[in-house]
Amino acid sequence: MWEAIRSQLVTMWTILQHTFTRSETVQYPEEKPYLAPRYRGRIVLTCDPDGEERCVACNLCAVACPVDCIALQQATKEDGRWYPEFFRINFSRCIMCGMCEEACPTNAIQLTPDFEMCEYDRQSMVYEKEHLQIAGTGKYHDYNYYRVAGMAIAGKDKGEAKNEAPPIDVKSLMP
Amino acid sequence: MTELSTTLFGLLIIGAAVGGAAVLTWFERRLLGIWQDRYGPNRLGPFGIFQVLADMLKLLTKDDWVPPFADRFVFILAPTVIVIVMMLGFAVIPFGPELQVIDLNIGLLFFLGMSSLAVYSVLLGGLASNNKYALLGGLRSAAQMVSYEVFMGLSLMGVVMLAGSFSLRDIVLAQEGLWYCIPQFLGLVTFTIAGIAESHRLPFDLPEAEHELTAGFHTEYGGMKFAMFMLGEYVGLILICCMMTVLFFGGWMGPLLPPIVWFCIKVFVLICFFVLLRAAIPRPRYDQLMGLGWKYMLPLTLINLLFTGAFLLVMES
Repeated sequence: MWEAIRSQLVTMWTILQHTFTRSETVQYPEEKPYLAPRYRGRIVLTCDPDGEERCVACNLCAVACPVDCIALQQATKEDGRWYPEFFRINFSRCIMCGMCEEACPTNAIQLTPDFEMCEYDRQSMVYEKEHLQIAGTGKYHDYNYYRVAGMAIAGKDKGEAKNEAPPIDVKSLMP
Repeated sequence: MTELSTTLFGLLIIGAAVGGAAVLTWFERRLLGIWQDRYGPNRLGPFGIFQVLADMLKLLTKDDWVPPFADRFVFILAPTVIVIVMMLGFAVIPFGPELQVIDLNIGLLFFLGMSSLAVYSVLLGGLASNNKYALLGGLRSAAQMVSYEVFMGLSLMGVVMLAGSFSLRDIVLAQEGLWYCIPQFLGLVTFTIAGIAESHRLPFDLPEAEHELTAGFHTEYGGMKFAMFMLGEYVGLILICCMMTVLFFGGWMGPLLPPIVWFCIKVFVLICFFVLLRAAIPRPRYDQLMGLGWKYMLPLTLINLLFTGAFLLVMES
């Protein structure tokens, strides 16, 4: 009983001391909180340093997405590059988990420190490719998928990529 | 005072109590915010004071709805009861040497009677709602208030013994030399606890207990009727603080400043203390509450009475 009384009094005294501590609240619209560069907010599609879009429409982001908010359709360009015909993210379902960013083999899909995406109309939360695509490279400035990958496109044959050995004819006996 | 001036003063008291209760809703939230390291409502007007107006506007313009399954007459009656009895309680409080609506020679008993009647409001509200949460809330409040009523009355008997009167004015005048918070410290502690339970404020808000009973006895209430319950609760809080001032802290007495200012300062400090209790102390379980009341508080008040009586007898002989 004495312990209970003492504990209550100590609690009251501790709370009273908080009269002189600063408020933790960030007065949001006037005062913006600091967001780390890797904060997971609005999703963008980035371009490689040459200005070509990075996304190769491999569907890994759509598979990784736990809430199934990503939809896309793969197509092939004249030069052999793959690209998404459409790329749609439904932000009313997106939980900003960043799984798509982790799954992406070409660093195309990235999350940005922007979270102010309120809309009056739910349908406006569905972002199409033109809303997602940005001109910059995002977090990875030098990475260019087609320059390091072994896939042949117009102007770059097999074995011509960076650090790539020339292709071997496995059916030949010659060294 | 003449009859007219008494009537005017009474109306003034009612206005002040309602206004005070309205401002208190905002003040309490700001104060809780300070103690919990946040701001509380600070958007509307200077320091967010117009939050009161916004809340009132919202409550008053809501649909005044009575659930079809409720007992209509009692359902509407219940919230008015608490406001009326709490307002009546203010009639006997001496705010200054001449500032009192009526100086009853049984003023203290009148106050106790009025605060006991407030139980009916909660109980009837809970019963008439025909809702199981409301019923549980009403049940709890009946048990809580009845058992805390017992030693609430007893805790004040020490004061009455020392002052030799039930008139609140005489009690204040008897505290000329020494405030009763020192000789009647046990009485003060028990009365404070009983007062919290009586006005069912946190930490003893078991009739409402929003975490378990949604909103307890006023689950089915909304709009103006809900506002009446809230008004009754906050007016009750002010009333309890006024009573503590009168009975234990020397009422209007104090140096330099005019009596009414001293009275208001004391009441204000006590209200802050009640808010601090709300900010700091968790709600006890139902059985713990009853156990505290019957096993500790009642014996404490009896001990207090015994010692006060013995002291007075020794002084006389």
